[in-house]
Amino acid sequence: MAQTFLDSTELVLNMGPQHPSTHGVLRVIVKLDGEKVLGTECVIGYLHRGVEKIAENRTYQMFAPYVDRMDYVAAISNGLGYCLAVEKLVSAEAPPRAQVVRVILTELNRIASHLLWLGTHALDVGAITPLFYTMREREYALNIFEQYCGARLTTHAFRIGGLQYEVYEDMEKDVLDFCRMFAPKIDEYEELLSGNRIWMERLINVGILNAEDCKAYGVTGPMLRAAGVNWDIRKAMPYSGYDKYDFEVPVRENGDTYDRYIVRMLEMRQSVRILEQAARGIPEGPIMAKVPKVLKPPVGEAYVSIEAPKGELGYFIVSDGSVQPYRLRVRPPSFVNLQALDKMARGSLVADLVAIIGTIDIVLGEVDR
Amino acid sequence: MRKLLRTIFLVDLFEGLWVTFRSQHPKKIVTEQYPMHRPKVAERYRGAPRLNINPENGETLCISCDLCALACPEKLIVVGWVRNPETKRKDLVNFTFDTSRCMFCGLCEDACPVDALELTQDFELASYTREGQIWDRQMLEEGPRPTQYKS
Repeated sequence: MAQTFLDSTELVLNMGPQHPSTHGVLRVIVKLDGEKVLGTECVIGYLHRGVEKIAENRTYQMFAPYVDRMDYVAAISNGLGYCLAVEKLVSAEAPPRAQVVRVILTELNRIASHLLWLGTHALDVGAITPLFYTMREREYALNIFEQYCGARLTTHAFRIGGLQYEVYEDMEKDVLDFCRMFAPKIDEYEELLSGNRIWMERLINVGILNAEDCKAYGVTGPMLRAAGVNWDIRKAMPYSGYDKYDFEVPVRENGDTYDRYIVRMLEMRQSVRILEQAARGIPEGPIMAKVPKVLKPPVGEAYVSIEAPKGELGYFIVSDGSVQPYRLRVRPPSFVNLQALDKMARGSLVADLVAIIGTIDIVLGEVDR
Repeated sequence: MRKLLRTIFLVDLFEGLWVTFRSQHPKKIVTEQYPMHRPKVAERYRGAPRLNINPENGETLCISCDLCALACPEKLIVVGWVRNPETKRKDLVNFTFDTSRCMFCGLCEDACPVDALELTQDFELASYTREGQIWDRQMLEEGPRPTQYKS
């Protein structure tokens, strides 16, 4: 557009990589017509560490701590996906007790991840208070992790074939206390946000992504369910004994930012339900299956996907029969979901762009790997 | 009328203050006076590494089997040993642990067959230099000594 300075309407601007509401080091090149977003382009890779390449130089057990560092907000889900993939490769299965403890920890992690998302998303949109409330409750979940496995964020809680640590003495009680304490807190957040005029104005009909587009982009997780597709891997392809628990998959219709918020809130309630059932019924027994110390899986490949808090998290491992993976590929939910940003952001306002980035719930450690 | 009385007697103010005073109970205070009082971390906390010594005779428990060095994903443990010609056993000469690269995954601790290497509850690992992060055997046996502040 050859125009004078005053007439020029199209602007190309950088948002990030240091912008506080890009949740890390995401850089978005935004093309603007005044306040209107004409198009976006994501520049990623600022946090690239070559995790998949590292996997090719580590034994199967050694690589387990690295997966925690991809989605560091939901490190336990990452660990579960990796362990399940390797277990499939060596045809081992974790004992029932280990499976239940795994479910407890992953569901707690789902709540912790959604809480962090809720706090920061609300902060982006302009509500500061929920951040302090969500962080306060998240602390309880992190304390349980710390007491169980000795770390709060990058936990390395699971091992291939089961668990390394036995549950600590009062773990069941702590989890049930958490459930009892946490259920009313969700009402508290909903009271602050759900009916809030500003919150609704900022979110309803913003960043709509319908079911067809979701499928076309491969978007999974709460974003897909907010668009009306009932797809949850915990129900569709149950792993780790999820078929034994009674829970529902929340689904909404519109696929806008507000619906994604509602879906995540409902998901937290369902997680509490699963937690209560799981914590009441931890069976006795061993926590570790018989897995050789030097793990040499047979030649072959395995793909396992689980429902991480952000969507479908898949691990594809190719084994050449040696102690190290020949190739390891991660299908990260954040990376795939982020690709739909342009579709959602076109035609919206700059201020909505912040809300749309927030609603995808990305973790840049996972996008870049 | 009722509203006027509420305004005159500052009911809202006292209700607000009641919330503040309720949180003054010593049990409910969450602020940690950090350098004065160190927080108590969980028993299984994975912090500073320590090389345990036998409390009875002061000798190291380490049998120089090298399993921790093999288990470490970052390969940051170096075990130095010499064969003792009299007892035919390995004697530990040096043990270095590079805490600057450590990610505290606990795999070395799991690998140790004699519980000699352990990740402890000490969490203050800062150092003024990069070299200070590489801990030798003496440092691993004694543990970090952060400055103690008195309140």
